Amino acid sequence: MRTRATRGVLLALLPSSVLAGCTGWQSAFDAQGASAISIKQLMVLMVVICSVVWALVIAVLIRALWRGREQVERSIGPDPVIERRTARVVVAAVTATVIVLAVFTVVSFFTTRALTLAGHDDLTIKVRGQQWWWGLEYLGPTPDERFETANEIHIPVGRNVRLQLEGIDVIHSLWVPGLAGKQDLIPGRRNELTLRAERPGAYRGQCSEFCGLQHAHMALLVIAEQQETFDQWMRSQRERATDPSDAEIAAGQQVFLSRPCAACHAIRGTSATGTNGPDLTHVGGRRYIAAGLLETTRGSLAAWISDPQTLKPGNNMPMVALSADELRSVSAYLASLK
Amino acid sequence: MSEVKPDTRDSELAPPALAAALAETWRTPVGLWGVLAAVDHKIIARRYIVTAFAFLALGGVLALLMRLQLAQPEARVLSPDRYNQIFTMHGTNMMFLFAVPVMEAMGVYLVPLMVGTRNIAFPRLNAFSYWIFLAGGALLWIAFVLDMAPDVGWFAYVPLSGPQYGAGKRADIWAQMITFTEIAALAVAVEIVVTVLKQRAPGMSLDRIPLFVWSMLVTSFVVIMAMPAIVFASTSLILDRLVGTHFFNPAEGGDVLLWQHLFWFFGHPEVYIIFLPAVGMVSAIIETFARRPVFGYLAMVMALIATSILAFGLWVHHMFVTGLPRLGQSFFTASSMSIAIPAGVQVFCWLATLWDGAPVFRTPLLFVIGFIVTFVIGGLTGVMVASVPFDTQVHDTYFVVAHFHYVLIGGAVFPLLGGIYYWFPKITGRMMSETLGKCSFWLIFVGFNLTFFPMHILGLAGMPRRIYTYQPDMPWYGLNMFVSISSLVLVAGFLVFFIDAIRSTRVGVSAAENPWDAPTLEWATASPPPSYNFAEIPVVNGLSPLWDQPGCLMVASGLRTDRRELIVSTVAAAKPQVREASPRDSIWPFWAAVATTVMLIGSIFTPWAVVWGSVPVAIALIGWFWPKATPEDES
Repeated sequence: MRTRATRGVLLALLPSSVLAGCTGWQSAFDAQGASAISIKQLMVLMVVICSVVWALVIAVLIRALWRGREQVERSIGPDPVIERRTARVVVAAVTATVIVLAVFTVVSFFTTRALTLAGHDDLTIKVRGQQWWWGLEYLGPTPDERFETANEIHIPVGRNVRLQLEGIDVIHSLWVPGLAGKQDLIPGRRNELTLRAERPGAYRGQCSEFCGLQHAHMALLVIAEQQETFDQWMRSQRERATDPSDAEIAAGQQVFLSRPCAACHAIRGTSATGTNGPDLTHVGGRRYIAAGLLETTRGSLAAWISDPQTLKPGNNMPMVALSADELRSVSAYLASLK
Repeated sequence: MSEVKPDTRDSELAPPALAAALAETWRTPVGLWGVLAAVDHKIIARRYIVTAFAFLALGGVLALLMRLQLAQPEARVLSPDRYNQIFTMHGTNMMFLFAVPVMEAMGVYLVPLMVGTRNIAFPRLNAFSYWIFLAGGALLWIAFVLDMAPDVGWFAYVPLSGPQYGAGKRADIWAQMITFTEIAALAVAVEIVVTVLKQRAPGMSLDRIPLFVWSMLVTSFVVIMAMPAIVFASTSLILDRLVGTHFFNPAEGGDVLLWQHLFWFFGHPEVYIIFLPAVGMVSAIIETFARRPVFGYLAMVMALIATSILAFGLWVHHMFVTGLPRLGQSFFTASSMSIAIPAGVQVFCWLATLWDGAPVFRTPLLFVIGFIVTFVIGGLTGVMVASVPFDTQVHDTYFVVAHFHYVLIGGAVFPLLGGIYYWFPKITGRMMSETLGKCSFWLIFVGFNLTFFPMHILGLAGMPRRIYTYQPDMPWYGLNMFVSISSLVLVAGFLVFFIDAIRSTRVGVSAAENPWDAPTLEWATASPPPSYNFAEIPVVNGLSPLWDQPGCLMVASGLRTDRRELIVSTVAAAKPQVREASPRDSIWPFWAAVATTVMLIGSIFTPWAVVWGSVPVAIALIGWFWPKATPEDES
């Protein structure tokens, strides 16, 4: 009932056609996480009150301009009686301002307190922001339960997930508007952010602190799924990379390991252990490559490998000259890493 | 040589002879020498204003380029590198080369006239300030032309701007440009403080100072107190980059967040450095066009002072998502909210003034009405972003871009344009066109709102600021295209304004002394004012001298006419104390500025430039301050 009322007010305030274009998988309007929902309620409250305040000011302004417009002569000197009356009105208006501000301060304080805080037994994920992708490390109670991935965070629905945020090079900011507000990843500091998705779905996020050349292409995806699906995903992520199932894929693996790829990327189960670039152990199972730039297909992998500097100018992946056959097989290999 | 001439006083001369004598004493020589040596506050301020508006136009072109790039997803109009330079240039240029200088320049022009004196205090410092400002602007724009402009955003966060990630000389150019504008702004601030406190016309006690002058005084104190933070910040950034210190390097015990604290300790008051003079302009315009004194003079002055003090207590609201302790966040939420109280007081007092006044709808008043409509929106969204949880959603998004353009364009540029229409006849002696003025107002007002209001929605819909492009599957395309097209309306409005301003300097209707029937002293002299401002120094016995004593202003006499003299008065009551000599034209401020520029630009490349560069600076300063054996002041 409450949400319907607030949504109604919001729709009244903004043209609905505009709003329709704004819901989406990266929008504060479309709140599906615990903190995003409470922030949205705060937002609606503030927008409504502020709109009323603005409308009152404008009404007074129009009235003030209207009533004096027929006066021809300059007033000789303010009438003390009228001045006193005006002073009372101004004092009342200032008092009302103070009350509104006090209400906002208190409400915002309680909203901050209500933003979910994770307990220590919750799922903890280390997020490393770096130019221009997200390194992820799922921590577990034992070392063999931890694993590396990149750019795609899977979380179970309805559970608090604690993100430990680290800036590797410059400052980045993790923002998944559908789930929660943002938090910076700062070199030399450790910040935390708690996510809690109330509904399953894919929520897009994006770096929101300017971090250099490819700040615009530093997206990530949070996929909230039911506990069983999530557990299954986690189990498969802990596995080493699948072995080549045919000759072309095996050739691709050879290309990957013999060319410079392995210097920067790790594929668990092979001799590739580089850490400069994203872990590719299960890259074929992720929805996007290059931090949200392209959907993962064999074709997009090949396009990316053959010319990363045109697709994402300035990023840290060099162009490695491969023959057509090498490119075909290495993209088949990477696509097979589900 | 004043020794050989007789000591002539203004009281001994008849009006025409007095004017001739004063004009001879105060005139600025013609020719190149006059251009470089001028110390007349009106000449310097005019240059300052014209230069700042030129930077506004350039910054506007940059904004258009950004809108061209963002109109479509994955557009390739600009490379990411060029785009990053452009948004950095746009912000830096608009804040440091347009907004602050133009506000101070309006003060440099108007404050001496409004307080009834003949020149600003420290006129040579004033000349120096302009040259330094010009050099800083030139440095930034030449770097841009050479494709080596800063690309780290106008607040240049470390480590992105630090030695490891900010390659080349781009961040150094940014930091040194800051140094130039710091020096220029500090110089003007000192002049204005001294002019207001010590050079007011006899009788203009503290409670009779026009509100615009109050706002410039308060602004100048904010400049003096805020600038040291950025001086330290930009200097330590250069040290990190040039000589390998580790102020901001966490690996060596430095701290990344230290930069943000220092920058915003300056950066937030910076907003009020821009906004408070605009508030003063609004008061001046409302008073004249509502045809009554501003309601609640004391409350207005107190609101100005309260704003300036609170301005220093809310910088952390720029850092709500950096992971600060909860208690600190709550404190800064409360302090950020509270600055809306003095802002509210002022808005209510203006409304009360209009309510009890008899408004005349001329272009300046239109801009002020536009100011109230838009600034209140900007203020209210400001209250929203002061709330920590709300801010975590909108920080660094287009919502914030919308918010600060509402505050800075709505809150400062609208009053400034109104102020230009208002004071143009005083500055040039000609009126601007009322038709073109109204036309430009409506284009700017409508264009501005159509351009910036949708950005609120874009921000909430997830669009971060400072992205050079976005992907086609994001739902932002339609609104971005709409914003880009609307920006053309805004640009058309500014074009009309510029055309009107340039045209009116030639063909505008000649202006009388006081074309708007305004109450303050700048309207008590010819339009444009003579080099000596006032033939006889007015005596003030009320808040609205030209309304209180219409046509027969009392004057003070006894100043010498054969040398530049002005009255120094007491701080509170403005009782005349001494006759003070005002410096004559001098080429030395120009040379000092050249020497300083060489030193500062050299220091981008080598720290030794500071050592060897200080020698020419010292020589220039010795020339500047060489004693001339003339008595400084007489009681």
